[in-house]
Amino acid sequence: MSTSKRIDLPTVAKHAAFLLICFLCLYPLALVLGISFSDELEIAKTGFSAIPAKFSTKAYEFLFTSADTVIRAYALTIFVTVVGTAVSTLIIAMFAYPLSRKDFRQRKFFNGTIILTMLFSGGLIPWFMVCVNVLHINDTIFALILPYLMSPWYVVIMRTFFKSSIPDSIIESAKMDGAGELRIFFSIVIHLAAPGMATIALFTTITYWNDYWINMTLVNDPMLYNLQFLMMRVQMNIQYLSANAANLGAASAEIVRNLPSRSAQMAMTIITIGPIVLAYPFFQRFFVKGITIGSLKE
Amino acid sequence: MSLKSKANWGLLVMMLPGFIALFVFSILPMFGVFIAFKNIDYEKGIFGSDWVGLDNFQFFVATPDALVITFNTIAYNLVFIVLGTAAALAVALGLENLKAKKATRFYQAVMFLPYFLSWVVVSNLVFALLSVDQGVFNRQIVQPLGGEEIYWYNRPEFWPYILTFANLWKYVGYTSVIYLAAMMSIDPGYIEAASLEGATRAQIVRRIILPLISNVIIILVLLQIGKIFFSDFGLFYNVTMNMGSLFPTTQTIDTYVYRTLMNMGDLGMSSAAGLYQSVVGFVIVVLANLVVKKIDPDKSLF
Repeated sequence: MSTSKRIDLPTVAKHAAFLLICFLCLYPLALVLGISFSDELEIAKTGFSAIPAKFSTKAYEFLFTSADTVIRAYALTIFVTVVGTAVSTLIIAMFAYPLSRKDFRQRKFFNGTIILTMLFSGGLIPWFMVCVNVLHINDTIFALILPYLMSPWYVVIMRTFFKSSIPDSIIESAKMDGAGELRIFFSIVIHLAAPGMATIALFTTITYWNDYWINMTLVNDPMLYNLQFLMMRVQMNIQYLSANAANLGAASAEIVRNLPSRSAQMAMTIITIGPIVLAYPFFQRFFVKGITIGSLKE
Repeated sequence: MSLKSKANWGLLVMMLPGFIALFVFSILPMFGVFIAFKNIDYEKGIFGSDWVGLDNFQFFVATPDALVITFNTIAYNLVFIVLGTAAALAVALGLENLKAKKATRFYQAVMFLPYFLSWVVVSNLVFALLSVDQGVFNRQIVQPLGGEEIYWYNRPEFWPYILTFANLWKYVGYTSVIYLAAMMSIDPGYIEAASLEGATRAQIVRRIILPLISNVIIILVLLQIGKIFFSDFGLFYNVTMNMGSLFPTTQTIDTYVYRTLMNMGDLGMSSAAGLYQSVVGFVIVVLANLVVKKIDPDKSLF
């Protein structure tokens, strides 16, 4: 087929259209990156631009020197994301595996429970009341982790994954050898299901990293602000960071006056999405695979 | 037989942590819906507070908000479903027959990226475009054309368009991945045979591709319809910068429940609105699922 190499007009138009869409996807990010490296006075004069009129790293210096708030939020977010993802992935797999076993007698009951939680939710206020008045986890680090541990949707995806990747015969023969259920799960099943668990882990990582809802509802303690919520506070009031800087003493008035407010707001955005964007090329294909498993196979 | 029941115990123990989490955060709140029928008085406690029957609901329905938030929630969702599905299908069809595989993967990766950004991040991106003083729209488009700067965050009439665009920006890449995967599972023999017979691309799309992935389209649309009474909180709260002047066109049930509870501390009103959402949402998702079950029993929730 020598004609397949020919460059025809529709194909060129199509590439042009996709390049335009890609530009629309990336331009806002480039814009924010540009602003974060712009000189604050130049911004006031010329407006926002993806290409800094005058290059400056002041916004980043400000974030990392005068505000230990940022570093604390970063550490907290990493901790919550790592612990939350590890525990959540394990718990979901341990819940989903028995549901994939045809010989598990209580399967119907637990499947029903999962479906019920997908269909009906008590809503914000009862959830809030349970967290505050029953569990008393408000204003603790547990509030940032526990509410996201279980997701019925991920249980369904994992159940599908176990069904399609664990042959009954392996479990049968392990049982013959006298292995208990927990042993079978941790020494055999978990390894066979690793790709599925990796997908769930990636989704969960994004959930924890991108969360600010818990801070908006359950956690008011500034020591427990995560990155997203801190970014929200900075966006509504850049003085929030300088208020901490002001405690430093004599130079405070100077600092507040010279605050790189807009560029710092955008720099805050950049350091928040930085890890996601940098890791993106490596994990993107897992997501594509995961979505395909979850949505297309039964 | 004793071996079998022992095996079940092992599995049950394994499920315990997950079940506790599910019970505490999803099932226990279901019993809390009675709060909507009480006049909560913290002195008397939640259980000791007086029952007020449907009073909270009557107050809620009497406010003009009830109609506005219901309309906004449903209207935005309908627009998102129609435009989102059309855009994602167009993108997937465009990628489906591109011969340059590397370029295809690149396009797909770039379009998928916005899905991973939180709404707070998106709200900053939107702010960079729409800020009154420095925003790109005012500085680089409106002013050079001789126009007066536009106070975007005070003009509710623009926001249905802005939020629709933001929603498409974030989700079209994601949805198109699903549609493309469905298209890739079509036997290429069908499409080759059709083009050998002289079928045009439009005919192939209409007669082969779309019919063969129609189940996937219908299921995805129905899943979205099932959630039509719920909105993406961050889109309506953060992207609008929580601006009161934008409430008429951007307030949805979710933002209303949150604001009534957190800003006004009106527990009765917000729990009434919340239960209204839960109950109507439940009916809709059950109906949507009955339809899904008719089309493809494997995809239905029950």
